[in-house]
Amino acid sequence: MNLPQELAKTKDEIKRYAEGYRLDFFETIFEIVEFDELNEVASYGGFPTRYPHWRFGMEYDELAKGYSYGLQKIYELVINNDPCYAYLMKCNNLVDQKLVMAHVYGHCDFFKNNLWFDHTNRKMMDEMANHATQIRRYCEKYGEEVVEDFVEVCLSLENLIDLHSPYIQRRPDKPKMIVESESEFVAPLKLKSKDYMDSYINPAHFLDEQRKITEQKQKEKKRKIPEIPERDVLQFLLDQAPLDRWQADVLSIIREEAYYFAPQGQTKIMNEGWATYWHSKIMTEKCLTDAEVIDYADHHSGTLLTGTGRLNPYKLGVELFRDIEERWNKGKFGKEYDECDDWNTRKNWDKKLGLGQQKIFEVRKLYNDLMFIDAFLTPEFCREHRLFVYNYNDRTDMYEISERDFKAVKEKLLFSLTNFGQPFIRVEDANYFNRGELYLIHEHDGVDLKIDEAKETLTNLYKVWSRPVHLETVIDEVKIILSFNGQDHDEREIE
Amino acid sequence: MVKRIEKDQARFHQIIRGKVKRNLRKYITRGELIGKKGNDFVSIPIPQINIPHFRYNHKKSGGVGQGSGEIGTPIGRGDDQLEGGAGDAPGDHLLEVDIPLDELAQMLGEELELPNILPKGKKNITSQKDKYTGISQTGPESLRHFKRTYKEALKRQIITQTYNPLRPVIIPVREDRRYRTWKVNIEPESNAVIIYMMDVSGSMGDEQKEIVRIESFWIDTWLRYQYKNIETRYIIHDAVAREVDQETFYHTRESGGTIISSAYKLASKIIDEEYDASDWNLYLFHFSDGDNWGEIDTDECVAILEGNLLPRVNLFCYGQVESPYGSGQFIRDLDDQFQDEEKIVLSEISDKEEIYDSIKEFLGKGR
Repeated sequence: MNLPQELAKTKDEIKRYAEGYRLDFFETIFEIVEFDELNEVASYGGFPTRYPHWRFGMEYDELAKGYSYGLQKIYELVINNDPCYAYLMKCNNLVDQKLVMAHVYGHCDFFKNNLWFDHTNRKMMDEMANHATQIRRYCEKYGEEVVEDFVEVCLSLENLIDLHSPYIQRRPDKPKMIVESESEFVAPLKLKSKDYMDSYINPAHFLDEQRKITEQKQKEKKRKIPEIPERDVLQFLLDQAPLDRWQADVLSIIREEAYYFAPQGQTKIMNEGWATYWHSKIMTEKCLTDAEVIDYADHHSGTLLTGTGRLNPYKLGVELFRDIEERWNKGKFGKEYDECDDWNTRKNWDKKLGLGQQKIFEVRKLYNDLMFIDAFLTPEFCREHRLFVYNYNDRTDMYEISERDFKAVKEKLLFSLTNFGQPFIRVEDANYFNRGELYLIHEHDGVDLKIDEAKETLTNLYKVWSRPVHLETVIDEVKIILSFNGQDHDEREIE
Repeated sequence: MVKRIEKDQARFHQIIRGKVKRNLRKYITRGELIGKKGNDFVSIPIPQINIPHFRYNHKKSGGVGQGSGEIGTPIGRGDDQLEGGAGDAPGDHLLEVDIPLDELAQMLGEELELPNILPKGKKNITSQKDKYTGISQTGPESLRHFKRTYKEALKRQIITQTYNPLRPVIIPVREDRRYRTWKVNIEPESNAVIIYMMDVSGSMGDEQKEIVRIESFWIDTWLRYQYKNIETRYIIHDAVAREVDQETFYHTRESGGTIISSAYKLASKIIDEEYDASDWNLYLFHFSDGDNWGEIDTDECVAILEGNLLPRVNLFCYGQVESPYGSGQFIRDLDDQFQDEEKIVLSEISDKEEIYDSIKEFLGKGR
């Protein structure tokens, strides 16, 4: 639905302000929708045309319940696309709409300029619709439940992607033809000798031994699949698993969508922080009227609320951006500042550099959450914002605050952001036991997997690979292999 | 137009109903459902269905939070999923699914393979009910819908531009007239009455009553699904019997001995006075620990059953629960007497796990 005149005017006004601050965005289309339409779009991850699946229905069920009990309300919903699409809820009042618009322009700028979004499809709106058409067609042809089940199998594996693969070429475009040529045959070692000495220098038992060694070497040399371990498990399955064409297509659809959404998971803190930074700037410096101040303050603080000990990405992000701005304005960085250990000097440090704005624009271009926290989380910030580490206590069945030490906080936070919070899993061998079984390795980095879920996921993996599947991981410091052979789960310790 | 999401939502509901059905046995043995009963719905808690992933065990990883609190301050229970860092993991919370009672009964029927009941008595008698549901252009004057007629006339006058706002006189003509129409609903009328009898003597403890409560909840659900009109009566007895309301039925604890015949006498009196066996489908359920006071009374019970109750009821069910003092003799006495009697069903329920099978025994005959 087109914007009513009043909102269209507001939109132009805010757009002008945003451009005035040198924000740079795709054209942004605002759609005004009723709450249930907004819930619908939100359940589809922002895309009104998505393939049919019950999990969206589940999402919707929850949103609808939350809304009708007054527990939650979606404020903004914006899609990384060119043009950008954003949704406004009809029943919000004008000041809310202004806030959302300003916020949305922040996101749009981020989508367009942040490096990690560089490889995302900017015509995803259309692409998603194509995916939906495709899957609907398969539903008609092969039966709704069959397709639905397979989509579920694929979704269960959707986090097994290689986040960095869009940026690096990991393997040659075309696999080289491999022809086993005669020349690759290596003759067993035979010592040089004159004819009449041969049976003495190369006695039969020696030759046997050499033949065995050569065979052994040949065996080891035999091409392993994959040649180098593969983190893009989905791509590997697409290449190697015995899938029907429609199944391969469904899997590639899920994979594409996973890659499309991945940068949003990688930059959640920054993206929300950036948008919040700009809505607050635009609102407070430019477009709030006196009458709107209270409502604005109320809703803004609602967004930044840190409920019972939880980390709020909006809050953390915006505070970090502001901290960076201040530090670069005052020159609180570099060797001299880092080495200064006088608290008072540090506190009143001000070189009047005025580099703040420039720096935050640079940060929004080059960083993702992991790098952002790594580079800009300071002990002062950690203390001021009362960050802490919590751990699970077996005895009380509670999560408890366990540390406030800066190093620990930073480490834990970085861990939770590494690989967008997902475990690293790679394909090690597709011909395990020389029986075409799939062998995956979880690169254990201190935290165990959820075992019951891992087993169910293996069941799903088996449906794709159709041969037994194995996952090597570590549980309570013991290395184990979880296996599923199509009927039974097996769990055994290895050395 | 059906919205896309509604289709996905319907599919989701279908899936959770399937889940409830598969786990029905578990739900049957648990009493908590009864507390969640609304007028037409039961809310059933089921775990949220997650699509499984290879992911971290949050209990092992912990996370970072923000706010005040000393070291050691609890911030959340172990079964909550706290947001780990920036990624918001979906919570493991419970979903409450509202399921209509009829549907629950249907599931019960399918799961336990219960046959539908063929009602006796008035099975051929049907009642007609008229329902005014529609509007038509013809009909008797007495059913003319004034407002609709007026609206039509107004519409016509505006369209033909004969409407004068200064002199808003609306004159309906023949074509404007609208009449109410009705539809005849034929409703088969079958009436049923359930009489629950329970032994509340000292030997029946809370656990035994809980079993009776759960079992009668499901019996109720099933019979209500089978009959349009159903009445329930409750009788408790120790050495004497009296009729009570539902609340008292489940919560009374008496002491004293057990004379079962007292309850049967009262039941047959109620039937004699209020329920003509040719019109009513009668269901009698009796729960006891079977520790009857002497053989003489047992003989009397048999006599009442044979002479008075059995000829009139659809079904007489006796459930013997196991009390802390062991199980009594009564069920064996009945079994000896009525081996070939189809209208009597006997079932021993030693613990909650057996409720499922016992319901199946009771209702499995389709009477």
